[in-house]
Amino acid sequence: MLNIVNKSPLDRNALDACLRIAAPGALLLIEDGVYAAIRGTAHEARITAALARFRVYALLPDLEARAVADRVIDGVTTIDYGGFVDLVAEHNACQSWL
Amino acid sequence: MSEGTAKKFMFVNRTAPYGTVYALESLEVVLITAAFDQEVSLVFVDDGVWQLKKGQQTKGIETKNFSPTYRALEDYDVEKLYVERESLDARGLAEGDLIVAVTVLPAAELGKLMAEQDVVLSF
Repeated sequence: MLNIVNKSPLDRNALDACLRIAAPGALLLIEDGVYAAIRGTAHEARITAALARFRVYALLPDLEARAVADRVIDGVTTIDYGGFVDLVAEHNACQSWL
Repeated sequence: MSEGTAKKFMFVNRTAPYGTVYALESLEVVLITAAFDQEVSLVFVDDGVWQLKKGQQTKGIETKNFSPTYRALEDYDVEKLYVERESLDARGLAEGDLIVAVTVLPAAELGKLMAEQDVVLSF
């Protein structure tokens, strides 16, 4: 399963729900969800812990738009839109945690 | 409002840019309000502080980068920009990460400022 989160972890609990419920697999952070992928926030530890269970990806154009591409947590892979398409194609299903 | 009377308008920004349209809409209303010669102040709290992050590059998401507008606010006599200290800290941000000069205040002092306003609009 490819899990997709597009909400900021500092504002909404979509990431919390995903990490609490989803079986190990892939997690893709897009739109305001990319704020979860960066160092120095109050929520950094949740992603570093999740790296043990999930391959974690973040969409680079969304990181760049928000001026945080230079502070991505080690272990999180940045991808472009082509990589997004590849991830969707590789997985049997996607779940968007809105 | 009687003619010539300026009221104190405060705009409270709590949303990140680009994920929703609130940040851009707030800027539009701020500029309109300033055009009517009102006393305008802006507050950035919670994910609203991301609006001011230096270095936004929006070409990849094919969206207008409106962050330079914050630097133009002083041309509209909008010079009171307040940022909550706690919100910056929770996001690993410092004053030097911001695109424009602001006054950083703890939550309690922001609350006092809000209490002094005639109109408070949230985005």
